[in-house]
Amino acid sequence: MRKVAIAGIGMTKVDKHWKRSLRELFGEAGAAALSQTGFPTVDALIVGNMCASDLSDQNNIGALLADYLGFMPNTAYRVEAACASGGAAFLAAYTAVASGMYDVVMTGGVEKLTDGVGGNTTLSLGKAADAEYELFYGSSFVSLNAMIMRHYMNHYNVPRDAFADFSVLMHKNGARNPLAQLPFEIKRETVLESDMISDPITLFDCAPVGDGAAALILCPLEDAKKYSDNFVEVAGISGATDTINIASREGLLSFKSTIVAADRAYKMAHISPADVDVAEIHDTFTITGVLSLEDLGFCERGKFHKMIANGAFETGGVVTVNPSGGLKSRGHPVGATGAYQIAELFLQLTGRAGKMQVPDASIGVAQNIGGSGSSTYVTVLRRV
Amino acid sequence: MSVPRYWREIPRRSRLETVRCSECGTVAYPPRGRCGKCGSNKFENYKLPEKGELVTFTIVRNPPKGFEKMPPYVVGIVKLEDGTIITSQITDVEPEDVKIGMKVEAVFRKVVEDGDSGIIQYAIKFRPLIK
Ligand SMILES: [Zn+2]
Repeated sequence: MRKVAIAGIGMTKVDKHWKRSLRELFGEAGAAALSQTGFPTVDALIVGNMCASDLSDQNNIGALLADYLGFMPNTAYRVEAACASGGAAFLAAYTAVASGMYDVVMTGGVEKLTDGVGGNTTLSLGKAADAEYELFYGSSFVSLNAMIMRHYMNHYNVPRDAFADFSVLMHKNGARNPLAQLPFEIKRETVLESDMISDPITLFDCAPVGDGAAALILCPLEDAKKYSDNFVEVAGISGATDTINIASREGLLSFKSTIVAADRAYKMAHISPADVDVAEIHDTFTITGVLSLEDLGFCERGKFHKMIANGAFETGGVVTVNPSGGLKSRGHPVGATGAYQIAELFLQLTGRAGKMQVPDASIGVAQNIGGSGSSTYVTVLRRV
Repeated sequence: MSVPRYWREIPRRSRLETVRCSECGTVAYPPRGRCGKCGSNKFENYKLPEKGELVTFTIVRNPPKGFEKMPPYVVGIVKLEDGTIITSQITDVEPEDVKIGMKVEAVFRKVVEDGDSGIIQYAIKFRPLIK
């Protein structure tokens, strides 16, 4: 296996892009990423996306996006793994380069959620769960996570209010991100007084619905210097899966897929959680963010509220978490989220993250969850 | 929902019938094609118990498409007496009175109507145990 580098990235702002289509969004990110490198074209395009079939009436988006970007690679296809589509696409692209099959691969993700009408967007996102044994009973993506949150609160005797502090921190970070969908600070009350969606989850426990695209160029590490001024090493990477139906899990107080994927990725990179300078974690809901902190080894179980209050997840603490604002504030363009996380870490490790910069960051971890924990992809990046 | 798709799930949804592994006895709900415990692909029919305990729940206020007329309603995860854990609705109780740990029992109820001319979908839900 060859060592693999990221040699260029591109991201659009996450937003409700009423004027722009699926292909235009990925076109902007893809062209920007490729232009940062000296590569004239790519050997493969592997793109993450969840909802194009439902909301844009479009399949075969690998061909569509390659065509729009003006190249005809050996292979171009979509990877769908619900919210983890971007992370899963990245793993496929990594594998293609590491194996020696391809030298230059464009990966990333794109999501165009605002083309859904009526309740179609919520319905499409819900399809991450088991249609016959979860959705049939009127549960949605939010309600499944609400059950996990209530279970957590009951088990650890953590008050509902404590989760609001996680949202407050994400918005404090996201306010410094020029590409964030919700770049403003909020108060605890904003979360607690917002609309109840599915008890105990309120609107401000949730990531917003938005559009966006992020693209990444992968190549062998030994070639990266020749083709790019800024590159980072993919030092560790793994996916892990669990049952699709949350009721079938061994337990609901953690996501086993995150624990297993993180363990494998850390081992591959020869690091421990204490070595991580900056992490982009998957916080679809506040409870998802909290479980991720625990499952990645950054936080003692059931103690997140005390650690947030002590500044453990800000610069100078245990690890800087989601300087981008995370899914909550940067936004969650579902199939693109995993690609945004890795692109943001690329900026951090090459010292170009602007107001979000974590001083002297050298190890970054991205964690991208699909469904309500049915799969997780963890990627470790290292400054070169 | 197509009629065949609804019809073929009736044993699970209306009668709590599932399968267990013929080799190691592990119960699979929903049914699987291969036993996650021992790897066998031989299964036999198995009837789940009708009583259990509520593990967790939520009150749905912002429903998915098709359930617009139903809120507020309670979706819960129930641990049955044999240890099998299943997702369904909690019914015949005010949402505010639902508690984690409460004893529940299976009851046959309507879930949703498919518009004005589609099928009316029914399934097992769980209500507070009546002694
Ligand atoms: Zn077995």
